[in-house]
Amino acid sequence: MALLTCQDLSLGYDGKEIVGDLSFEVNAGDYLCIVGENGSGKSTLMKTILGLNSPISGSITAGDGLKQTEIGYLPQQTEVQRDFPASVWEIVLSGCQNRQGMRPFYSRADKTLADENIEKLGLSQLKKRCYRELSGGQQQRVLLARALCATSKILLLDEPVSGLDPKVTAEMYELIERLNKESGTTIIMISHDIDAALRYADKILHIGKKIFFGPAREYTEAFDGFGAAKGGADI
Amino acid sequence: MNSFAEKLDYLSYPFVQYALIVGVLIALCSSLLGVTLVLKRFSFIGDGLSHVAFGAMAIAAVLNLTDDMPLVLIITVISAILLLRTGKNAKIKGDAAVAMISVGALAIGYLLMNLFSKSSNLSGDVCTTLFGSTSILTLKRTEVGICIALSAIVVMVFILFYNKIFAVTFDEDFASATGIKTGAYNLLIAVVVAVIIVLAMNLVGSLLISALVIFPALSAMRIFKSFRSVTVCSAVISVTCALAGILISVFAGTPVGSTIVAADIVAFACSALIGALKRGSGI
Ligand SMILES: Nc1ncnc2c1ncn2[C@@H]1O[C@H](COP(=O)(O)OP(=O)(O)OP(=O)(O)O)[C@@H](O)[C@H]1O
Ligand SMILES: [Mg+2]
Repeated sequence: MALLTCQDLSLGYDGKEIVGDLSFEVNAGDYLCIVGENGSGKSTLMKTILGLNSPISGSITAGDGLKQTEIGYLPQQTEVQRDFPASVWEIVLSGCQNRQGMRPFYSRADKTLADENIEKLGLSQLKKRCYRELSGGQQQRVLLARALCATSKILLLDEPVSGLDPKVTAEMYELIERLNKESGTTIIMISHDIDAALRYADKILHIGKKIFFGPAREYTEAFDGFGAAKGGADI
Repeated sequence: MNSFAEKLDYLSYPFVQYALIVGVLIALCSSLLGVTLVLKRFSFIGDGLSHVAFGAMAIAAVLNLTDDMPLVLIITVISAILLLRTGKNAKIKGDAAVAMISVGALAIGYLLMNLFSKSSNLSGDVCTTLFGSTSILTLKRTEVGICIALSAIVVMVFILFYNKIFAVTFDEDFASATGIKTGAYNLLIAVVVAVIIVLAMNLVGSLLISALVIFPALSAMRIFKSFRSVTVCSAVISVTCALAGILISVFAGTPVGSTIVAADIVAFACSALIGALKRGSGI
């Protein structure tokens, strides 16, 4: 059974539809890229999958015994208060919260995991720093480290490379690729970088006026140059 | 110049000691959740709830209850839960709902007091409930006991749920996306806030509670950058200011509540200065 099955989804806010007729499946170990123009409803879809929004109609079913606490999420922007006092360490560690149940404090294993992920994303120097004083790209990496603490099963990433410099962008793609291929983490990623999407992802979901869901290699044919025309452009 | 030695003697009176114990505990509790309230933009809920507590006190007075604490506590906790609910469904926008309830409760409370109060000094009574009173100096043993018990519960809950409160405060979307029961923790926060407010009513009165909740957190946020250090620092500032405020008010005969809040304002000014110096020297 698929990890996630979305059937005839219609998404929107306050009963006003933004995308309709959306059906697709995500299997364990998949690398799915969601593409589409600004405002086409990609983030909305992700939030609906996460249960933060409710769909207007249709259903999302989790399979393979996937529990809500086994999901990692990197939001597009967090509306973190400008004046929120929190250190990088505190934020990354908070990713382990979903495994705590009623345990009040973090275990040694949680702290080790947080340390590993901080290391993995090259944040060791910034561990004690205050989150709000970091650059946008650094903040993005902190939030990804937090998401990695939350899960090794399925990661939902909303534009993980926006605002990162080319070097870190490439590293980020490598890292996500490794998580997917080596650790078997299922990836659902929203991206405007169609070239990278075609290179790394197994499957593409395009939402907008035209909806496409299928293997990455069929995407360019289906869109007949659409991808090429907008490819790589940071829209 | 006999006065100072004489006044130092005050400290050996039980009622002054009670006031100090209660004051310190209330200051500690109210500062703990201050950071969360400020950051979640819940400051107004604190304000609204304190007005509800005022209304509840008026009702208790009308009913001629000798011990108004339980009734006030229940009404305030229920309102806290309701306010949180409306915040979520947002048919009436969150802050508008809070404003409605808060002003409504204030008006009804005053109205009830006016209609039914047998007291000859009505405006004095109202002033007392709004701005706190010397009643902190007339605490009875049982009241001190209740206060100690409630404070202990609040502190325990805060410590046990510290990490969860952080997760829910910092990023509620992430928390609920990863399966944390944010609704339940928000409820917990609301209930604890309600308890703190009812406690703090005794100390500073309903109009000044927000100051007690918010000032220490804002002061600490000037100086420190991590959640833990801000929390610890605001607790220290709050307790220090409460001690200073109560002692000054005993010696100088000023109103307790406003003196404490004045001390908090001074602490805020100092913290802002320290923060600016720290940033200036690039630390
Ligand atoms: N909270 C909200 N309430 C009402 N409408 C919303 C809300 N959030 C987004 N929308 C609308 O839903 C549509 C889709 O938004 P969404 O954020 O899903 O787009 P997106 O595909 O992620 O775009 P982008 O590429 O810019 O991130 C937009 O037209 C937006 O105006
Ligand atoms: Mg988006």
